[in-house]
Amino acid sequence: MTVSLSGKEVARKIEEQFPGSVAESSQDTLVVRADFLLDVARFLRDTEGLELDFLNFVTAVDYYDHFEVVYLLSSMKHNHSLTVKVRRYGRENPVLPSVVGLWQGADFQEREIFDLFGIRFEGHPDMKRIFLWDGFQGYPLRKDFV
Amino acid sequence: MEIKPAGKYIYSDIELDREEGQIIEDLKAKSQEPIPDPDRWLDEELEQNILLTTVDALINWGRRSSLWTAICFPACCAFEMIAANGPRFDLARFGMEILRASPRQADLMITAGTLTWKMAPNVRRIYNQMAEPKWVIAMGACAISGGIFASAEYAVVPGYNRIIPVDVYIPGCPPRPEALIYGIQMLQRKIARRKNIDVRKLLER
Repeated sequence: MTVSLSGKEVARKIEEQFPGSVAESSQDTLVVRADFLLDVARFLRDTEGLELDFLNFVTAVDYYDHFEVVYLLSSMKHNHSLTVKVRRYGRENPVLPSVVGLWQGADFQEREIFDLFGIRFEGHPDMKRIFLWDGFQGYPLRKDFV
Repeated sequence: MEIKPAGKYIYSDIELDREEGQIIEDLKAKSQEPIPDPDRWLDEELEQNILLTTVDALINWGRRSSLWTAICFPACCAFEMIAANGPRFDLARFGMEILRASPRQADLMITAGTLTWKMAPNVRRIYNQMAEPKWVIAMGACAISGGIFASAEYAVVPGYNRIIPVDVYIPGCPPRPEALIYGIQMLQRKIARRKNIDVRKLLER
């Protein structure tokens, strides 16, 4: 059975390395500031004892005033997992850094998020629509899509 | 932090994407109305002709007894279709068992499943590749009207009859294999009534 890591404990480790990078942490999750996302992601992947080398999924949620992108990471070596979230405030042209350089599996899923939420991932090798066709207007999974 | 530079990806060029988008938009614009039943005009045909009915009967018997199906199963109704093909329901009893990998060898298209606009041009192409005479069965709620996905109208085609003419509709979500077999039998009955030779044209000559 995969052990779910405590967000608070991991947040403490991250704070030691990158002060001010964690916006919020609880027993289940931790919320990282967008500027620190790539640093924290690399830290989580490469640090001894964490080694979260597998990205289960990336998904996004629309909370009207902000978008939240959710990463579920797990470790093949230690058999534990961690949920990391990033928030992006404002609805106009949201941009977040891409984690494709760290986990290849994020490739299509980030394109899916771009397709359905309109969140652009900076540094993604091929940022374009995946399910809908070129020329489609709007982002269907946004709450204000009619 | 650096991101690995983009390597060789298997994606198509942006140009191709734009073309594909254009094809879908065109098809969507053309598909605002359902295509009417292809056999509606048959009733106007000459009712009886003793000499030619026997030819019709023979041709129709041959056609309805060897309905070969083109593979076009975009979604979950396909599993009922597969079950119907299996030993338990044994579609082969009725001579409609063979699934053809090439649409050019098929005369029946069983549209088992939801159709998205992105897939629509490909289904249209499969239909166009089938040789005449050809028939279409719309299997399941999605194929008839978009089904439970009809409210997601931005991506789902509201019924196959927007894209291709449909002969028989089988309701259900998904329909049971018995329903599918019954639907194909209804289609066979329809084929049996088909008139293959236009008598009026022959008389004019």
